[in-house]
Amino acid sequence: MDYTASRLDKCFAGLKAENRPGLGIFITAGDPDPETSLALLKALPGAGADMIEFGMPFSDPMADGPAIQASSQRALKAGASLAKTIDLVRKFREEDQTTPVVLMGYYNPIYIYGVEKFLTDAISAGADGLIVVDLPPEEDDELCVPAVKRGLPFVRLATPTTNDARLPKVLTNTSGFLYYVSITGITGTADAPVDLVRAAVGRLRGHTDLPIAVGFGIKTREHAAAIGSVADACIVGTAAVNAIAGTLDADGKATEGTVGALTDLVSELAKGVREARG
Amino acid sequence: MASATPAPNSFRSGPDENGHFGIFGGRYVAETLMPLILDVEKAYLTAKGDPDFWAEMEYYRKHYIGRPSALYFAPRLTEHFGGAKLYFKRDELNHTGAHKINNVMGQALLAKRMGKTKIIAETGAGQHGVATATACALFGMECEVFMGAEDVKRQKPNVDRMRLLGAKVVPVTSGSATLKDAMNEALRYWVSKAETHFYIIGTAAGPHPYPAMVRDFQCIIGEEVRWQLEEAEGKLPDAVVACIGGGSNAIGLFHPFLDDPSVKIYGVEAAGHGISSGEHAASLTGGAPGVLHGNRTYLLQDDDGQITEAHSISAGLDYPGIGPEHSWLHESGRVNYVSATDKEALEAFALCAKLEGIIPALEPSHALAFTGTMIGDMDKDEIVVMNLCGRGDKDLDAVIPRLEEMGKL
Repeated sequence: MDYTASRLDKCFAGLKAENRPGLGIFITAGDPDPETSLALLKALPGAGADMIEFGMPFSDPMADGPAIQASSQRALKAGASLAKTIDLVRKFREEDQTTPVVLMGYYNPIYIYGVEKFLTDAISAGADGLIVVDLPPEEDDELCVPAVKRGLPFVRLATPTTNDARLPKVLTNTSGFLYYVSITGITGTADAPVDLVRAAVGRLRGHTDLPIAVGFGIKTREHAAAIGSVADACIVGTAAVNAIAGTLDADGKATEGTVGALTDLVSELAKGVREARG
Repeated sequence: MASATPAPNSFRSGPDENGHFGIFGGRYVAETLMPLILDVEKAYLTAKGDPDFWAEMEYYRKHYIGRPSALYFAPRLTEHFGGAKLYFKRDELNHTGAHKINNVMGQALLAKRMGKTKIIAETGAGQHGVATATACALFGMECEVFMGAEDVKRQKPNVDRMRLLGAKVVPVTSGSATLKDAMNEALRYWVSKAETHFYIIGTAAGPHPYPAMVRDFQCIIGEEVRWQLEEAEGKLPDAVVACIGGGSNAIGLFHPFLDDPSVKIYGVEAAGHGISSGEHAASLTGGAPGVLHGNRTYLLQDDDGQITEAHSISAGLDYPGIGPEHSWLHESGRVNYVSATDKEALEAFALCAKLEGIIPALEPSHALAFTGTMIGDMDKDEIVVMNLCGRGDKDLDAVIPRLEEMGKL
């Protein structure tokens, strides 16, 4: 299934040609309900997202902050499941053949779904990569190695605590891009410090030719421009999820403003990444 | 001291170098935590082989915790059940009132060796939190304890103790606001403080090396039972019984007996309102293998791999998972895992108080409830040792109204 790898590769090659960083937007599949989630997904490329991180809801997202945890809970309450997440990717792919969609989440729902079945279904639906937060290189045999064998990139996180001695281990079997977590912490808690990110990305480039995306702590157009000046892509999650949450009614249901709130934010951030190397 | 090296085909030889007990265990955590977990493992392996570390442990065990804890023959319960002789391993007599301090002292000494002065912990019933706050007071360490908001209400005396000992108690309101959520929050907090803080995990679960490390610190329970019963009766027990939430008191009692085939071993999970009601905390009896909190183990979960809420009257057993070594022992068949309901535990709680003058915690009351169902069918010359792993003062607010309703008071 070479095409899955190439969608990410083409995306980063296109960004290089445009001489700008990319914008990755994270939303949680099924948040706040399946129909709205599909509408949000479909609206992202037009608003300026270059790639999409699609969160697979989990009851106990240990590395995520309160905003993303709440989005998982809204989705689960509205009936989200891994099968429905894959189905949303399939529906999105019917209309969009170019925007990469990377599935992001925790291992247990995949383990229960069945690794081989999951890989088959995710690839056939048109997913372009996996980020599974609680599978470090020490547990690569679980999912990473089978995914890479099937041609589905396994994107790994590197963090400020990943030192030079450990980096080669983190990079083994990593493909698609490297996701640098800019802060030692959970999602949505602090602003990514630009100077430290610049130094860290410089260090990472000494170890890999993979594109480097930076996430955690990017919220605004200005911040996307600043981080984008040193990275190949910026990934924004908490701010996106908060934009959705801010429009929900008292019962947590979507309103007329839900899709627009997300696309407004994404348009601003998209301006930011276009200003990054001005 | 740690026991002699077991034979390769021993039930005591796990985990392997990657922390797996068969398919269970492992290290399923975010990359931010991996370097720190590897540091903890390295420090623990060094400490484990260092006689000075164990000498320091021995000092605190004897002079601070109050070990060895008594092995007490329970004459009136033995007479009441009318079968095998019942002994209690009195770990509720430890300083702070439960077995938790055995493990906390080991991890606190390890943190000290690593130069860490800031400690975090999670707690369910509050016993592990109190033990951690105690060790932190003793060693002058900062201490933050994450506790489900629901448990903060259920276990107020322990919350007060922790505060008095200088710890900060952080109520966790997410999810079911119980132990599972406290563990999520402690892990989240640790991710943000990974470089400065040591996380003292309270049970034999979590990412490797915690399940093995906690077990090693708790094995003192079973090791003492071996020589104490040899002194008292000149033989090994015929059966040992302990309650299981995460399973640290149980693995501590069981592990030294795993390679003695004559010793039957029973782990008692909390069946809440009954396994068939769906409201229980019996991960082995009513769950399936999955991955949570850094390890693969049996979990309460739905068909989509979402973790479901546990229920038990006992805050210390109210957890949807179990230590990975127990999952392995369950599948290998070496240990029999059974369960007791809230109501059965309450009856055992009252029975123990009335017949032995010992008010047990709700957690070991589950073990006693099960013991009562099987001990009467055993021969009178047989011996059962049950771990009385905690005392019940903390549970009175929850228990008294229920016992009044049941006409037991």
